[in-house]
Amino acid sequence: MNGQDIGRFFRSAQFSQEKIVFSIAVVMFVVFSATLQGFLTTGNVISLVQSVSILGVLSIGMALTIFGRGIDLSIVSNMAISVAWVLYLANQHVSLPAALLCGLGLNLAIGLLNGVLIAYVEIPAIFATLAMGTAVYGFGHSILVNSDVIFLPNADPWFKALGGGSVLGIPSPVLWLIALCAVVFLFLRFTRPGRFIFGMGDNPLAARIAGIPVRPMIVLQYLISSLIGFLAGIITATLVNSMNTRVANSTLVYDVILVVAIGGVGLSGGKGSVRNVIVGTLLIGTLFNGMTILDVPYTLQNIVKSVILLIAIVTDSLLNPRDEQTSQQGDI
Amino acid sequence: MSLKKYVLAGATALAMVGVAITAAHADHFDDGQWGMTAKALKGKTVAYVPISMGFDLAQGWAAAMQKSADKWGYKLVINDPNWSASAGVQAIGQLLAQKPDVLVIQPFDPQSYAKLIKKALDQGTKVVQINMESVTHGDAYVGSDWYDVAATEMDLMEKACGKAAGKNGKIALIPGIPTNPGQMVGTQAINDKLKQYPDLQVVATQAAEYDPTKAHDVALTILKQHPDLCGIPGTWDGQDVGTAAAIKEAGLLGKVYLVTSGGGRQAAACDYIANGSYSAYVSYDGKGQGRDLVGSVVSLLQDSEKAGSHPVGVYSSLKIITKETMSTGSCWTIEDIKANGA
Repeated sequence: MNGQDIGRFFRSAQFSQEKIVFSIAVVMFVVFSATLQGFLTTGNVISLVQSVSILGVLSIGMALTIFGRGIDLSIVSNMAISVAWVLYLANQHVSLPAALLCGLGLNLAIGLLNGVLIAYVEIPAIFATLAMGTAVYGFGHSILVNSDVIFLPNADPWFKALGGGSVLGIPSPVLWLIALCAVVFLFLRFTRPGRFIFGMGDNPLAARIAGIPVRPMIVLQYLISSLIGFLAGIITATLVNSMNTRVANSTLVYDVILVVAIGGVGLSGGKGSVRNVIVGTLLIGTLFNGMTILDVPYTLQNIVKSVILLIAIVTDSLLNPRDEQTSQQGDI
Repeated sequence: MSLKKYVLAGATALAMVGVAITAAHADHFDDGQWGMTAKALKGKTVAYVPISMGFDLAQGWAAAMQKSADKWGYKLVINDPNWSASAGVQAIGQLLAQKPDVLVIQPFDPQSYAKLIKKALDQGTKVVQINMESVTHGDAYVGSDWYDVAATEMDLMEKACGKAAGKNGKIALIPGIPTNPGQMVGTQAINDKLKQYPDLQVVATQAAEYDPTKAHDVALTILKQHPDLCGIPGTWDGQDVGTAAAIKEAGLLGKVYLVTSGGGRQAAACDYIANGSYSAYVSYDGKGQGRDLVGSVVSLLQDSEKAGSHPVGVYSSLKIITKETMSTGSCWTIEDIKANGA
C-alpha cells in the first residue's frame, strides 16, 4: 500500500483523526486509572485539566487562524510582552485598569499589524507572524519592560482571582477554558464571520468570488487570536504571580501547534472545530499528567512528545491530502 | 607693548591656567594611593557580556560597575547576547577587537567561551568570569559556588524534613533543565547530600525548564500524588514562584517546606519570604557580588601583571533568608545599587 491507499483505507473505515486521538486519550486514561495509584481522583483529574487549560486557551486562538488557512506564530511572544507590560506598569504605580488598557492596546495593535501584513501586504502568515514574534519580543525587551520575569504587584484580590481563584472547587483557568470554548464554538457555528472563516480556509479564491470580504476577515482573525493570547497571559500571570517573558523563546508555541494538529485540525485550513482542540488538549493533559506521576525523566518526555507530534502530522497528511486545486498558495 | 611684555603676559596667563588645573586636581585629598588609583583607572575600558541583561543579577552587576566607572572615569561597554551563546561568542569577538583593558563575562557553560578567554589573555585583556567558570581560567572568578548553594538547600531540607524534625523526609526535586551545566553541579551536590542524609527520600524528580508555569503544573500534580510531601528544594526564584503558587493552591502553604535560591532581589526574594510563599531562601547576594566584581575589576585595572598570570577565585558568601532572619538589609533593589553603588 502506498500513502494514498493507506489514506483511502482510513477514510473508508470512517477513521477521522479526531476519533483516533480521542480513542487514544480514552485508552490512556483508562490504563493510567487502572495502573497508577492516585490518577483517578477528583483532585488529580482537576489538576490534569488545569495544567493544560492555558495551553488549551492558546490553542483555541491558534486554531482560529489555522481554520482560516493562516497561523499565528507570534501568539506566545505577544502574550508574554503585552501582559509583562501590564505587570510592569502596575509595578510602576500605574493604576491596574489603566495598565490593563495599555497592555490590551498593545496586544491588539500587534494583532492588527499581523492581519494587515498578511491580508493587504500579502506576506504568507507563517513568515509574517514568525518575524512579528521576534520583533515584538525585541521591542518589548528594549523599550517596554526591564526584566525577563516580571512579578505580579500586590494587586487587588479580584485581579489575582482571574487565574488563581476557583468556583465550587474548580480552578478559574479551567472555567476560562470552558467559557472560551463555548464562545468560540457559538461564533464559528452561528455567526456569519464564523462561517466565513471556514470558507476562506477551504478555498480563499472561491470565498472571494462568493463575496466574502476576505481581507478584513483575515485582519479580524488575527485580532481575535491576539486577544485570546492576552487572555491566556492574564490567566498565567495571575496563576503563577509572574510573567516569564522567556516563554517567547521556549517551545510553548510548538506545544500549541501540537495540540491543534493532534486534535485533527487540518493544517491547510478549512477543516476542524473547537471539539478537535478539546480532544487534543485532553490527550496532551493525560499524557503529561501520567508521565509526571510515573516520574518519567525530562529528556524521555520530550522524545515522547515529539514522536506524538510527528505521528499526528503524518496522520494529518494521510487523512487530509492536499487538494491540488486549492492548495496553491497561502497554506503551510 | 614690547615683545618682552607679550611674552610675559602670555607666560602669566599660561601659569594661571596651570595653577587652575593643578588646583582642580589638588581638590581631592591625595595620600599618594588615591592619585595612583585615579591615574590607573582614568580612561580605561571595561567590556561586559552577561548571559542576558534581562535579569536582575546582570542588571545589578552592571549598575555596580557603572557607578564605579562614573566615579573613576573608566568606560563600561555592555553587550547583551540575550540568552544566546553564539551571540555571546560574536559579541566578545567584536569587543576584543577594540582591545578593552578588562573583559567581564558570564559564560553560559564551561566550553563555549574557552577559546575566546585564551585569545583575550594573549592580547593582554584581563578576564573576569562571573557566576560560571569556563574551563579556561581568566584572571578572576567572581560568583556563586553552585555546589554550595544546592548543598545548603539540602541542609535546610534535612533540618525541616529529616528524622530529627520528626518528619517523614519525603521531598520532590524540581530542577530547571537537567543537562544545564550549573544544574549538573547542583544535582551532584544533591546526590552527595542524599547519601549523607539517608532519611530524606526523593519521591519525584520533574524538570520545569526554569519556567514558573511549568513548575506550577508539575508541583500541583506531585502534590496531589503525595499530599504528605514534606519539602521541595527549589532551583531558582524565577521558576519557584510557580512552585509556591501550586503549594498555595493545594492548600499546603506552611505545610510543604519550600526552599529556593537566587540573587536576593527584594521583589523576588524578601517579598516572597514575607508573604510565606518561600520557607527559606538561599541568596548569593547579587549586591555583594556586585561589590566583589567591582573590587576585582578595579584591582585588575591597577595591576601591571601579565593577563592570566594569577587566576583568583572570589566566591560569594551565601545568605540564608527566612522570616526569622530577615531584616531590612537582607535583600537589595536595582534602584539602590544605581543610586548608592554596591
